[in-house]
Amino acid sequence: MTAVTTSFPNAATEWRLPSRGKVAMAGLIIAESAIFTIFVVAYLFYLGKSIAGPTPREVLETPIFYTICLLSSSLTIHLAAKSLERDYGRLFLGLWLLTIALGGLFLYGTAQEWHRLIYERGLTISTNLFGTTYYSLVGLHAFHVTVGLIMLLVVAIFGFMGRVGVSQSDRVAVLSMYWHFVDAVWVVVFTVVYVLGR
Amino acid sequence: MASDAITVPVGQIEARPWVDELHQWLTTVDHKRLGILYMFSALLFLVIGGVEALIIRIQLMHSHNNFVSPEVFNRMFTMHGTTMIFFVAMPVLFGFANYLIPLMIGARDMAFPRLNAFSFWLSFLGGLLLYFSFLGGSGLYGAGNAPDVGWWAYAPLGARAFSPGHSSDYWTLSLLVSGFGSIGTAINIIATVLCMRCPGMKLSRMPLLAWLNLVMGGMVLIAITPLSAAQIMLLIDRYLGGHFFDTQAGGSAVLWMHFFWIFGHPEVYILVIPAFAFLSEIIPVFSRKPIFGYPVMVAATVAIGLVSTSVWAHHMFTIGMNSYANSFFAITTMAVGVPTGIKIFNWIGTMWGGKIQFKVPMLFCIGFLFQFLIAGLTGIIQSCVPFDWQLSLSYFVVAHFHYVIVGGILFAIFGAFYYWYPKMSGRMLSERLGKWHFWLFLIGFHLTFDVMHIPGLLGMPRRIYTYEPGRGWDTLNFIITIGAFIQAIAILVFVANLIISYFKGARAGNDPWDAWTLEWSISSPPPAYNFATVPTVASRRPLWDLKHPKDPDSRYE
Repeated sequence: MTAVTTSFPNAATEWRLPSRGKVAMAGLIIAESAIFTIFVVAYLFYLGKSIAGPTPREVLETPIFYTICLLSSSLTIHLAAKSLERDYGRLFLGLWLLTIALGGLFLYGTAQEWHRLIYERGLTISTNLFGTTYYSLVGLHAFHVTVGLIMLLVVAIFGFMGRVGVSQSDRVAVLSMYWHFVDAVWVVVFTVVYVLGR
Repeated sequence: MASDAITVPVGQIEARPWVDELHQWLTTVDHKRLGILYMFSALLFLVIGGVEALIIRIQLMHSHNNFVSPEVFNRMFTMHGTTMIFFVAMPVLFGFANYLIPLMIGARDMAFPRLNAFSFWLSFLGGLLLYFSFLGGSGLYGAGNAPDVGWWAYAPLGARAFSPGHSSDYWTLSLLVSGFGSIGTAINIIATVLCMRCPGMKLSRMPLLAWLNLVMGGMVLIAITPLSAAQIMLLIDRYLGGHFFDTQAGGSAVLWMHFFWIFGHPEVYILVIPAFAFLSEIIPVFSRKPIFGYPVMVAATVAIGLVSTSVWAHHMFTIGMNSYANSFFAITTMAVGVPTGIKIFNWIGTMWGGKIQFKVPMLFCIGFLFQFLIAGLTGIIQSCVPFDWQLSLSYFVVAHFHYVIVGGILFAIFGAFYYWYPKMSGRMLSERLGKWHFWLFLIGFHLTFDVMHIPGLLGMPRRIYTYEPGRGWDTLNFIITIGAFIQAIAILVFVANLIISYFKGARAGNDPWDAWTLEWSISSPPPAYNFATVPTVASRRPLWDLKHPKDPDSRYE
């Protein structure tokens, strides 16, 4: 191992440790990834094993517009966090609200899709295996989007009260890590459900 | 360095009424208090789980016994397994991690003290929820109270049709809740170890206990979460009419087994790695030598963590997987023995040529070495697929994993209690009672679990309510039950020792064992702020450097 003998004063001045917020969020993301992996595995395992219809091919429509909304919100939150770091407070708030709007739009898209599936196609969580796995996988993701939106809204409220400044940029960066994760999960869910699964 | 303390003028400290004291314990975010709360709750559940084990053993004492009804017997083994794993072993190990890691790395507290408190209360209330099932489980159905589907609740046993009432819901929800607590604690441990180290405490200088708990935390993140996911699926099946594990709608019972064991096998390593951590701290101190092969110990731990995530299906050889899957899981299972063997050699290497002091903590560690080796060997035996086909679901398996968990993990935990109790309470545990505890427990353990292999080989299946006479199982089961009672007496001696020594034990002082890690540099019990001045370290044994300024470790590392 390291055979370096650091003298005390030297060690004290050069001492740098990773940010605990970022490490903890990375840990949460690893844990959440494992949960999503299990749901994705279940979805793939049960593809085509439903005894009764409807099948994914019959009822699913690819939500391209809402996907673009969610993925571009990753860009806006990144720019928002960067502008907060550089102390552009108003730009930050604008981009932050745009992120919330894009995320909200995505949730609206999911709601609309579910409404159509339930009331027009008669697919519920208890209809067949496809229904069970589809609603739980997409629902788990939508739940994470909802939690993310609530946290984004809290920051926005603090922003309007003028409480979010450069000193909070680290915390905002941690929150944006979570939002990026939610987007990345959607890429996987989208690929599995709407591309491979049909 | 850190041995100085902040002195509070006399008169500022006033005795508080007990309600205030209780309020402080309930609302605490201090890592030391939370650590002790974890241990208290674990000891409470240890006694409850132990009573359940005794009920199982009395029932099996001789053939055609009817000490309890079959229904109660099912509840007892389900509750015993669930309690011991989730509400005894994990909390007590988290408790030690909580208490020790900040002290060992020279930190004021864990990285997230409030998350820490939240995680503890989730885990504790999860345990209470599980036991509330005795009162609330039957609901309106009158269908039995406590969970009775086994600690792995194989599908479709957990489904509505086969488990009416709410007993399985209590099982699912309590594991889900305590699982979230475990994830919170794991994140906290990882963030603490990576981000809270005192100046000079590089990763290569960290005490092995911190290193091993870091690996444990990483494993919790990827192993507990599949269980949480599977529990969510089971809840969807039970409450929303889903079909995940509903074979009549095309669902798969085998998928539940996979999801459970993807959690279940790494869980063993989540429990045993902190036990390894205790050994890696205790054996060097009582051998009067630094740990042998520090970097290899770290590497072996990481290797165990990685390999152990790909061995789970060796619990499922009997379901009829294809020969490729069987071979893969047999090979990985054998492979995980390699880094584990390296660790055993390193502990022996540490003892080799040392001036070994046979104090009680060391006795328990030596017991661990022998018993964990045998437990590992019977594990390797069962990785041979044809042999496992014969022995799966027999008492041989029960003997094997109790050998790991009791003979290994519990022995290490007892060692840790004897080693760190002086730091936590300021009093030494009695050596005399400790030796009684050790020898009684050792005899009881071997009487129970050595003998238990034999009825397994003779074909006695696990979880049976009773058996026919004349199969040659009666005498063996009687001996096993006697051993279980000797273990129970040993536990009573231990609890008595904890209580008596708290009031009458010899004063410990800062450093009763002449040890080398930072927690021994401060008073016992440590002050709320831990270190009056932030310590700076230059080697793996900072207290050795302090005690031997002319020959510090930092010169050689």
